[in-house]
Amino acid sequence: MNDSISDGISAEAAAAPKTDGWEPKIVAFCCNWCSYGGADSAGMGRFQQPASARIIRVMCSGRIDPLHVFNAFLEGADAVLVTGCHIGDCHYVNGNDKTKIKYKYLENVAHELGIEKERLQLNWISASEGEKFANFIRDVTEQIKKLGPSPLKPAGVV
Amino acid sequence: MSDIKGTENKSTVAKDSDEKRVGVFVCECGVNIGGVVNTKAVAEYIGTLPGVKVTSVNKFTCSDSGQADIQSKIKEYNLNRVVVAACSPKTHEPTFRACIEQMGLNQYFLEFVNIRDHCSWIHMWEKEKATEKAKDLIRMGVERSKLLEPLQASEVPVTDKALVVGAGVAGMQSALDLADMGFQVYLVEKEPSIGGRMARFDKVFPTNDCSICILGPKMVEVARNKNIKIMSYSEVKAVDGYVGNFNVKIEHKPRYLDVTKCTGCAKCSEVCPVEVPYDFNEGFGTRKAIYVPFPQAVPLRAVLDKENCINCKACAKACQSGAINYDMQPSYTDLNVGVIIGAVGFKTYDPEPRHDFGYGLYDNIITAMEFERLLNAAGPTGGHVVRPSDCKEPIRVGFVNCVGSRDKATNIYCSGVCCMYTIKNAQLLKEKRPETDHTIMYMDIRTPFRGYEESYNRSRNLGVKFLRGRPVEVKEDPVTKNIKVRVEDTLAGEIRNLEFDLMVLATGIVPNEGIGQIQQLLKLSKAADGLLMEAHPKLKPVDTTIDGVFLAGCASGPKDIPYAVSQGSACASRATILLKNKKAITEGITAVVNPDVCVGCQVCIPMCPFQAIKMDEKEGRANVVKALCKGCGTCVTACPTGALEQSHFKNAQILAQVKNVFRFQEVAV
Repeated sequence: MNDSISDGISAEAAAAPKTDGWEPKIVAFCCNWCSYGGADSAGMGRFQQPASARIIRVMCSGRIDPLHVFNAFLEGADAVLVTGCHIGDCHYVNGNDKTKIKYKYLENVAHELGIEKERLQLNWISASEGEKFANFIRDVTEQIKKLGPSPLKPAGVV
Repeated sequence: MSDIKGTENKSTVAKDSDEKRVGVFVCECGVNIGGVVNTKAVAEYIGTLPGVKVTSVNKFTCSDSGQADIQSKIKEYNLNRVVVAACSPKTHEPTFRACIEQMGLNQYFLEFVNIRDHCSWIHMWEKEKATEKAKDLIRMGVERSKLLEPLQASEVPVTDKALVVGAGVAGMQSALDLADMGFQVYLVEKEPSIGGRMARFDKVFPTNDCSICILGPKMVEVARNKNIKIMSYSEVKAVDGYVGNFNVKIEHKPRYLDVTKCTGCAKCSEVCPVEVPYDFNEGFGTRKAIYVPFPQAVPLRAVLDKENCINCKACAKACQSGAINYDMQPSYTDLNVGVIIGAVGFKTYDPEPRHDFGYGLYDNIITAMEFERLLNAAGPTGGHVVRPSDCKEPIRVGFVNCVGSRDKATNIYCSGVCCMYTIKNAQLLKEKRPETDHTIMYMDIRTPFRGYEESYNRSRNLGVKFLRGRPVEVKEDPVTKNIKVRVEDTLAGEIRNLEFDLMVLATGIVPNEGIGQIQQLLKLSKAADGLLMEAHPKLKPVDTTIDGVFLAGCASGPKDIPYAVSQGSACASRATILLKNKKAITEGITAVVNPDVCVGCQVCIPMCPFQAIKMDEKEGRANVVKALCKGCGTCVTACPTGALEQSHFKNAQILAQVKNVFRFQEVAV
């Protein structure tokens, strides 16, 4: 990760008024069968987490398109999460294997664009892993709070 | 219920049929949502969004009155899109789809927003933030709903045959019930005999009836039923297809003898010179390399264990019917079935690797399953419980409960049956030999069902001692080989030093070997405990997320015998709905090719694990076979031209959600 870039943003972020109680906005793409279920399980288990994530449900993580991810950044996402079933557990045999391959390229492009690695994360979460889902959201939120708002966020967007 | 926005002049109802008229129904779910999210403020805000014609807040939107409210508003406001903001679509989407469909709306015009599991339940102490988040989530749903397109769910024919995987007591019950209802059932069992774990038990709680005496007749009944085809010593190797039309490949492992000729006389075993530990007796005693699994086995046929066979050919000479065939190869059967019932069972926790409570280090510590076989009249000792070190009958017997259960280091769940079988085991030995002395070391005694508490009381009356505490130190006396235990009696608040001739570990229920394989073959979900997941823990306990696949018995969590049998029957009943109707409804969500844009590059074809995309060579473009497409959308992401789209999850629909995560806030200059 490029330190100079992140430092620059951090300084900017520190100067901005939002650090006090500022909640990042995180777009979380979840597959219907596993990670969306994991988010449901987090609810059922009442695993409290920051109110930062906005979940978008797709049927399979294989459906998550770079188009969706970069659009989320352009619209103002402070972080984007790509989530799906554990490898081997895909409801559609191996959609998540394809996600894994695609994600590598996605990650590289994001890095080249100067998007810090904390802002784009991949995680496999099963439908029973409510606590893991909650911890993931908490961890990412903390990381993003340190980084401050995304440099790609258009002015005036919340 | 309260209408927040409903003041619009109803005479201005759209002439333009394309105008999106959205109704938003916010559920309070009692206090589950309403206690955290300010639903009134949310509805007020949502009412200001373009296209939203009415918003309504209900205490329980899923209730009769809640649904009636949706239906009356659809009529009153001529709505053509409905957004329900409530719990999880995974449980309640079908309810509301049916609700709007009754009013003549396409069921895919429903957008379901989760503001309970994903909002109120996880932000219980941040009411304002939860309210703001709910606004965002519903705004995303409203904008997506405007782009939803009508789809048709399709009907598929259902083959009226069933596959039951696993022939333990749960699987046998499913097979019998389905067969009795007139359906053809294939019952696949990986062991050489059906019967499962129950065939190994001595007596079963709480009534202490002989296990094989009640199971044996059921096994024979299964074998005799004309509608059941038993495939013992066989495994599922491949599963393809979908509800109503599963293609399954079964591998029949070679028994190295012709089952049509074998009579189960066991003459072959008599002459076989090889002796190996007898797995049916938990490794106590021996069996031959060629053997009949156990006296009540169904089918009553021998099996040759090639791994231990020394190829002396004595059995071939002894076999009067000439059944032995050393060159047998695995054979395969392809089945077409409409439904699959997974009853793949469990195994008991193995305390050996961790040497729990000294197991594996000291001879006179055994597991409850081992104890069970020693108690059994047909077991290795003819029903005499002896201790392994010197084959003497023990007087002082200690039982340790919760081994491999209720323990963060092994399995955190309660196996549910160990208290009862320990109570039963102590009773049985006490009744056989009243001079014996029994101490059960427990954490809590759990006796929840009919007759269980009575059994517990009975064992106390018999003189079985109950000590609340876990052994903290287990040692072996080097001379007597007795087991010395240091245990805190937590009720008396005292440390006790006890000595036992034999100690028995109540090992818990853990996932069976091969559960992972069956999970992947059937595309089921596995929970953190390694057991398979049901569609809903309360309301769909035997369904799975895969249509046409059901689960019975311990594969989906620890169960006792009555519970497993009930689940077996429940699976049969659920499966019959499909088998009898001869049709199933499948999702209308599929990939769709835009023929004008497709250039026939074929990038999508290898993306599909279901071979649902075929090349139309004549036209030079791809075609999606709807019956095969499962609607994952992976091909859509791969398509470089944008010719492929996934219905109900089109790029525009997803991007509408993405865009509406955010909103503009005027910045004061």
